[in-house]
Amino acid sequence: MTDSILRVDNICKSFGALKASDGISLDLKPGEIHALIGPNGAGKSTLIKQIAGGLKPDSGKVYFDGRDVSQHSTARRARAGLGRTFQISALAMDFTVLENVVLGAVGQSGSVFQFFRDAMKDTRLLERAYKALDRVELRDLAHVRTSELSHGRRRQLEVAVALTLSPKAFLMDEPMAGMGAEGSQALTGFLEALKAEAPILLVEHDMDAVFALADRISVLVYGKIIATGTVDEIRTNPEVKLAYLGEEDAA
Amino acid sequence: MIRERYINFLIGALLLIVPLVALQMDEPFIITLATKAAILALAGVGLNLALGQGGLVSFGHAAYFGIGGYAMGILASHAQDYAPLMEVPFVIEGTNLMPVIWLVAIVASALAALLIGALSLRTSGVYFIMVTLAFGQMFYYFAISWPAYGGEDGLSIYVRNQFPGVNTLDPIQFFGICFVVLMAVLFLVNRLNKSPFGLALNGAHQNEERALTVGINVYRLRLVAFVISGAITGLAGALFADLNRFVSPTMFSWHTSGEIMVFIILGGVARLFGPVAGAAVYILLEHMLGGISEYWQIYLGLILLFVVLFAKGGIVGGLARREVRHDG
Repeated sequence: MTDSILRVDNICKSFGALKASDGISLDLKPGEIHALIGPNGAGKSTLIKQIAGGLKPDSGKVYFDGRDVSQHSTARRARAGLGRTFQISALAMDFTVLENVVLGAVGQSGSVFQFFRDAMKDTRLLERAYKALDRVELRDLAHVRTSELSHGRRRQLEVAVALTLSPKAFLMDEPMAGMGAEGSQALTGFLEALKAEAPILLVEHDMDAVFALADRISVLVYGKIIATGTVDEIRTNPEVKLAYLGEEDAA
Repeated sequence: MIRERYINFLIGALLLIVPLVALQMDEPFIITLATKAAILALAGVGLNLALGQGGLVSFGHAAYFGIGGYAMGILASHAQDYAPLMEVPFVIEGTNLMPVIWLVAIVASALAALLIGALSLRTSGVYFIMVTLAFGQMFYYFAISWPAYGGEDGLSIYVRNQFPGVNTLDPIQFFGICFVVLMAVLFLVNRLNKSPFGLALNGAHQNEERALTVGINVYRLRLVAFVISGAITGLAGALFADLNRFVSPTMFSWHTSGEIMVFIILGGVARLFGPVAGAAVYILLEHMLGGISEYWQIYLGLILLFVVLFAKGGIVGGLARREVRHDG
């Protein structure tokens, strides 16, 4: 367990009578994609928020990079190297593509309180920003306004912004959501390559993608993890079939 | 955007040329109007940093405007009465030197903004508006009920304060001071907007979650912006008091907060020269329509409504059309 980069230890979170997280423990090891699946309302978003820092658990701890970060703010966890992408693109829509990645570089470099240097002429920030854009092949669109990007391109940009942090781990909330089959496939390949750099905790609805990508899968149902294992283990797990995949088949 | 740069230049040039022409035509009143426009523009530039760039709709910027005004009033009244501000434990004399007054105005309003911002930035949206409004009104009622400095009647300063090497009683020279201060602040704010700080402030305005998840401490970022914003408006308050040679609690009232906000909306939210255009047009309307009807603000209201509905970027935005870009 000590070699995991991210570890969630017995997290509980209730909203009134609803136990959104009911003693959840999971971990993320270097080089892996760990997928988190579960039916709607299982508490995936609540869990992600607690890992990222937007929501404080009632009890339990979050360890990142060997440290207890349970009391750290979202910003602090990000600076420590927790890269995040959102289900619904969280980007500065009036900014250009480049400005969005430079914003990431500003956060990463801790140069927020520099008042008189032109951010868009700062070679250090630009270098980091372009490097991230190159990774997702968006350099050509650097000066396009983000609101003019297609949905798929926004998802790519979202990943690029996370990349500017040089993260030690990624937290990705449905990166495939709303992407066409082609885009989804391209992104699958990309994530496959990315995981060597930093492991990914992936929340995803696209089952094909999950089974193709994930090294391990955890299944969350009603705030509890009912199973964690390899793709084959999860596929054949009767409990999972009943709780999750069965439902899916029925639908 | 190159076009906006031209428009900015034009606005600045107009603000400079009008009083110069008025000087030739021997119309000191017009010079005074231009001075008022420059000072109110400065107050707007301050608020625009918080409201435009940061998305922090402060409805209490009159607090800083008033603090700047009273900084001038208190220091100058002690100087004209030859009565020190305090004698124990050490003597602090009043002063009639503008640079000193400005410094005190800036520091005092920055401290007030730090305190008010630290508390009100824990809220957002409508609550933020209401909390800042409440703080502004607190200062208003305090000024009314504080008899030492005129209370409700305000405080008159008989001679305009001095600036080394300038005859401040000459309208055009005082205008010159105000104009230079405005341009200097605009230069600094422009640099600020383009800096990593400005990018982060604007980014957090557009998407707070994103700013947080790239490691930006949004609360601290906004607090610093709020303090700078308050300090600029405070400086404007000191100049405004010097223009009128009079300070009164009105400077603290929510009317004043609303007026400063109107300059920005009229001129263009988040546009560098928006408050300048807005304040100039406001003064122009006040002067022209005020001559026609006592209820000139009805027309102002209609114009404001038109701007909000049809010209979203205000005067500057309507002329420049395109959004402001950082890498333009």
